[in-house]
Amino acid sequence: MTNLLELDDVQARYGAVQALHGVSLTVNEGEVVSVLGANGAGKTTTLRAISGTVSRSGTIELFGKTLKGGPEAAARAGVAHVPEGRGTFVELTVEENLRLGAYTRRDRTVKDDIKRVSEYFPWMLERGGQRAGTLSGGEQQMLALARALMSRPRLLLLDEPSLGLAPMIVREFFRTVLHLNENEGLTVLVVEQDARIALASSSRAYVLEVGRVALTGSSADLQGDESIRRSYLGY
Amino acid sequence: MLAATFADFMQQVVSGLASGGIYAALALALVIIHRSTGVINFSQGEMATLCTYIAWTLIVNHGWSYWPAFAATLAFSFAFGVVTHRVVIRPVERGNLLRVVIVTIGLLIAINGFVVWQWSGEPQALRSPFGTDTIDIGGVVISWQDVGTILVTLGIVILLWLLFQFTKIGLALRAAAVNPTEARLVGVRVTWMLALGWGLAAVLGAVAGMLTAPSVGLDPQMMQPILIYAFAAAVLGGIDSPFGAVVGGLALGVLLNVIGVYVDFVGAELKLPVALLVILVVLLVRPSGIFGHPEVKRV
Repeated sequence: MTNLLELDDVQARYGAVQALHGVSLTVNEGEVVSVLGANGAGKTTTLRAISGTVSRSGTIELFGKTLKGGPEAAARAGVAHVPEGRGTFVELTVEENLRLGAYTRRDRTVKDDIKRVSEYFPWMLERGGQRAGTLSGGEQQMLALARALMSRPRLLLLDEPSLGLAPMIVREFFRTVLHLNENEGLTVLVVEQDARIALASSSRAYVLEVGRVALTGSSADLQGDESIRRSYLGY
Repeated sequence: MLAATFADFMQQVVSGLASGGIYAALALALVIIHRSTGVINFSQGEMATLCTYIAWTLIVNHGWSYWPAFAATLAFSFAFGVVTHRVVIRPVERGNLLRVVIVTIGLLIAINGFVVWQWSGEPQALRSPFGTDTIDIGGVVISWQDVGTILVTLGIVILLWLLFQFTKIGLALRAAAVNPTEARLVGVRVTWMLALGWGLAAVLGAVAGMLTAPSVGLDPQMMQPILIYAFAAAVLGGIDSPFGAVVGGLALGVLLNVIGVYVDFVGAELKLPVALLVILVVLLVRPSGIFGHPEVKRV
């Protein structure tokens, strides 16, 4: 296995407030890795550091190449970041959202890709002209995922996809992500409040505590250890 | 008698549509910048005046014929808009919007000063590319200048609509305007999109200026009343609605023209206060305009 993503001693701050105090983690190609922890532990900031939406220091490498610059550069390097709270263009249509997903690509197969991606979400083709803002929360989350796929990402970053969704929808969402991981070899780094579903869907996990990695291990081990579950994961 | 009255009325409507097309073009420029940068560009009118002087210089001093000068002026205005954003607006864009507003007011004064210094305050004549002939359609006498104005503004609006609706760059422009954070995540270079928006707005302004000059004469203050009408049109249609700006512009043009002729005490001198009244009434009754979406603030 090759190291797809490597973070070494990454620090990040919002103005005067330091949110990450030196996070190191790796994601291998084809892996689903979850990042867990309480509110304010730095989960979202970790993803933001990777996609360059927060000012950061330390090194972040994608396939051994340092990621530099803002989110435009990260997107061009192959990072697709689905932020917390859906991250769709609510004023634009479903199809326009999908086309924007392919914005960084220069080839002319976007139409084929819309069809290919829509195979995972059959309703999207029929409702291509609908404004994204009129979709349900679950559908918007699916659209955000589909849009990320349109960029043919090397790394998918998911921030709290379960937020505000019904349990059944959350399970469907993670099923789709796993499906993509198996079928297309999609590498995923997912931040979740819902540790139970995140551990069930990932092979490894990192638990953050006040901006540092408190512990890491295989998802199965973390799930199996009752004291870890109680003190870090809250279930 | 009745037929003559009707023909008279239609004449007023058509010439109202012509001035309305000009308001619409400038209103659309205001809307494009408001949607992306979030401010009213108070220097939009002066930018248009400057571009019109460029056209005048090419035609009168350098002997260019009209349409090549028209095209060259559009190219110049696009570059002018882009550079204005990159050099003047972008450094103050972060933080308080009031800073940007004040900078656009500063630009208004600076460009006006430059125009007076460069070309003096003397009014100049820019001839119409459409001539001074008229046509008679069933008793309604219409000048070619009005027909040409309507066609050119409609043409430029349709071209822009095609650009925004059907091209990748247009989609990126819209994405950058409605949700810049998200747009950056999909790889759109948002600051360049804002600069492009300023360029397109300057092109619209230049078109408005070049169509205005033949009928009112080219002078450094030429676009100031037009900018007020464009404000009124944009507010009427909805400051965030490009479609609203066009409809608002045409409606205002017709309204002002008809009122000016048929309401005794208004006349040509009171058109400007009527436009201000329109702004006031719309802001009181329906602040988001006819086609705008009310701003929803989530708590």
